[in-house]
Amino acid sequence: MTEAQDLSHFVRRPADGVAAMDLVVDGVYCGACIATIEKGLRRQAGVRGARVNLASRRVTVEWNEGALDPPVILERLEALGYPAYPFAAETVDSVEIQAEKRLLRCLGVAAFGAMNVMLLSISLWAGADKDSASRDLFHWLSALVALPTAAYAGQPFFESAARALRARSVNMDVPITLGVVLALGMSMLQTLAHERVAYFDSALMLLMFLLAGRYLDQRMRRRTRDFAINLSAIRADRAVKLFDGGEAREMPIAAIRPGDLVLARAGERIAVDGAVEDGRSEIDQSLVTGETAPVEVSPGAPVYAGTVNLTGALRVRVRSAASGTFLEEVNGLLAQALEQRSSYVRLADRAAQLYVPVVHAAALATFVGWLALGVGWQQALLIAITVLIITCPCALGLAVPAVQAVAAGALFRRGLILHSGEALERLAEVEAVVFDKTGTLTEPRPTLANAADIAPDDLRLAGALALASRHPLAKAIVEAAGAKEPIAAEEFPGEGVAAVWRGERLKLGSVAWCGAEAEAAPVAAAWPDASLIVLRMPERAAVFAVRQGLRSDARAVVAEIAKRHEVEILSGDREPAVALVARELGVMRYEAGLKPADKIARLKALESAVRRPLMVGDGLNDAPALAAAHVSISPISAAHIAQAQADALFLGERLMPVADALRIAAKARRLMVENLWLSAVYNLIAVPLAVLGFVTPLVAALAMSGSSVLVTLNALRARDARIRMTNLAMRNARPPSPPVGEGVARSSTDEGSAPNGAFGGRPLTPDPSPARGEGR
Amino acid sequence: MNVLVYLVPLALALGGLGLAAFLWALKNGQFDDLDGAAWRAISDDDLPEDER
Repeated sequence: MTEAQDLSHFVRRPADGVAAMDLVVDGVYCGACIATIEKGLRRQAGVRGARVNLASRRVTVEWNEGALDPPVILERLEALGYPAYPFAAETVDSVEIQAEKRLLRCLGVAAFGAMNVMLLSISLWAGADKDSASRDLFHWLSALVALPTAAYAGQPFFESAARALRARSVNMDVPITLGVVLALGMSMLQTLAHERVAYFDSALMLLMFLLAGRYLDQRMRRRTRDFAINLSAIRADRAVKLFDGGEAREMPIAAIRPGDLVLARAGERIAVDGAVEDGRSEIDQSLVTGETAPVEVSPGAPVYAGTVNLTGALRVRVRSAASGTFLEEVNGLLAQALEQRSSYVRLADRAAQLYVPVVHAAALATFVGWLALGVGWQQALLIAITVLIITCPCALGLAVPAVQAVAAGALFRRGLILHSGEALERLAEVEAVVFDKTGTLTEPRPTLANAADIAPDDLRLAGALALASRHPLAKAIVEAAGAKEPIAAEEFPGEGVAAVWRGERLKLGSVAWCGAEAEAAPVAAAWPDASLIVLRMPERAAVFAVRQGLRSDARAVVAEIAKRHEVEILSGDREPAVALVARELGVMRYEAGLKPADKIARLKALESAVRRPLMVGDGLNDAPALAAAHVSISPISAAHIAQAQADALFLGERLMPVADALRIAAKARRLMVENLWLSAVYNLIAVPLAVLGFVTPLVAALAMSGSSVLVTLNALRARDARIRMTNLAMRNARPPSPPVGEGVARSSTDEGSAPNGAFGGRPLTPDPSPARGEGR
Repeated sequence: MNVLVYLVPLALALGGLGLAAFLWALKNGQFDDLDGAAWRAISDDDLPEDER
């Protein structure tokens, strides 16, 4: 980690001579982490201060300009055991934060106004209205408080209603605005006429509860957005830069300069614009051009950032490095995660569109009807206002979005990020769960088991070839070989890589593809649960046994899922290895040795048998199956191409987010239906009562607020009560990159600056009891 | 009823004081990191060197 990084893009200058940077820090979740980070950073010479924000898991560091190099801060945090990722805070955050603060300010003002007006109203109800002079005084005082309060605190609604009317449409804020303005106007008239009752209290109460609901919604969305931003900072594009000596290093895209040479491996998204220097491949340009057929590229051909390199490794001469990709990615993620237009939202939207005109018509009809009955226009208007307030369609409008926001937030906190709008709903419909084995049920990082039996030269050669592949098994060989210098090679999905090197044709891949069954047999016998990779050289073959442990919580998660769903394993791996994993997990149904097309066939068979499948997979060869399944989830460690096809991604070493997703989605769907019924029943009861004139505006405001609160509280149940799991999920979100032993060694060199609890609480090893607190 | 002459303004003033305190806290970023504040309260190393 010594390569020079250019972080100037992320550095702010809040004051003269002071520089500051905002970082997303991974694995911060308690007070001990705050102390470790803040003290550790302050000990660094030149640092003026560091402030951890635990809610958003970020750190702001300030230092004297020129006193230190920004990358030093990253190194320092890394040494403390907290990998950090810089991001440009202001550009993304400020608008959302301003909106949230404004709502909170309005809420505070409305609460102040409502409180004081209620004080006066209660005095009136308690008997102060016997004397007309003090009654008028109290009404005037109420008006004095209520009018400015409503003028200030009602702005979010008034503005939104005005926007809608200017666009010649109506939204939920139009009847709200109308109700508030009419109630206030009516009360002023009553006060001027020395009448006995006024309704300032109702109007302010209504505003206060509406603002409370809107603030909570905004806050939920911002926290979700924060998490998405953190995630994309952690996932910010990196590219493999090739140095003149032939060495390859992965570094942030910000450090790549035009003219550099980068390596684009098969299955990876290309991070830069440039021209192919050498290598041949096919490129999926659908994200850039919309053209779905892959384009063949050869030396000299241009490639573009955002396209996916499908088949072979390429060396690319950089023309311009991508710069805006981070923001675009954030916005893409957010648009997809927050704008969940599932069919329930569409139903609620349609209902709302129908609802607003109906509310206005009902209020008008009530007014005209009572006028015709001869109760006088004041009384008729009062009843009409009551109808407007009581039907403020908040409950109906909140019913579905509230559940979705809560459920999406709960999933985010558990380390699952939704990619596609309807994923939540489709997850709720799942009946069968299909797992890929390699990299999904097992740890994403396999290791070479039989390194001792392999000739060093063969290992070096295999490592250089494996550098060109994205297959997880290839990475194990790269690591074991310590390979840095790649050989340009072509990748055949599901089979291996091939290259011509020093005039010899080399293949690295599956046993069958390399035709090495004879050499593989003894190795397979020695390592029954390992996957075999063959390095095929013209005259002989070397067989590598690569094995992966199960994810630490795989057994518990599969057992939990199996309670409610059919579980199946579909793997491209060999029968014995798959059988071993299936037996360990207690899974009855499994198929081994499948090609991508076979997996799709099996998924289609499930779908047509009305067992809607969830596909969980990660590899290049799973991408078609992920796209074909009813709904799909990939681990964050998956190949880019698989991630692009999946409906959701989960973070970390644990499989628990998959079980969480199924459980929360099912619960969310149940709550949505409940909420729609609740609001329907409320309206069926309350509206007739209001139309018939049995309800005063204050009771209407309380009833309306009550129904909204009920629906919101019901939605909060989607968060589900296992709070302890929240922390586990956040620990989960730590990327697998720092090997365990290394992390311990580094942490202990930290001059004991951490309080005792710090490392006791921080999971340097996976928690062995994921099932704790499992009982529902 | 003369008591109202000062009681009502007093009630409004107290309410206003609360509102002002809330707006000050909001502007000061007191609500920015509620999770962190919960932990900082029980942190036992409040040394004077701490400056923020």
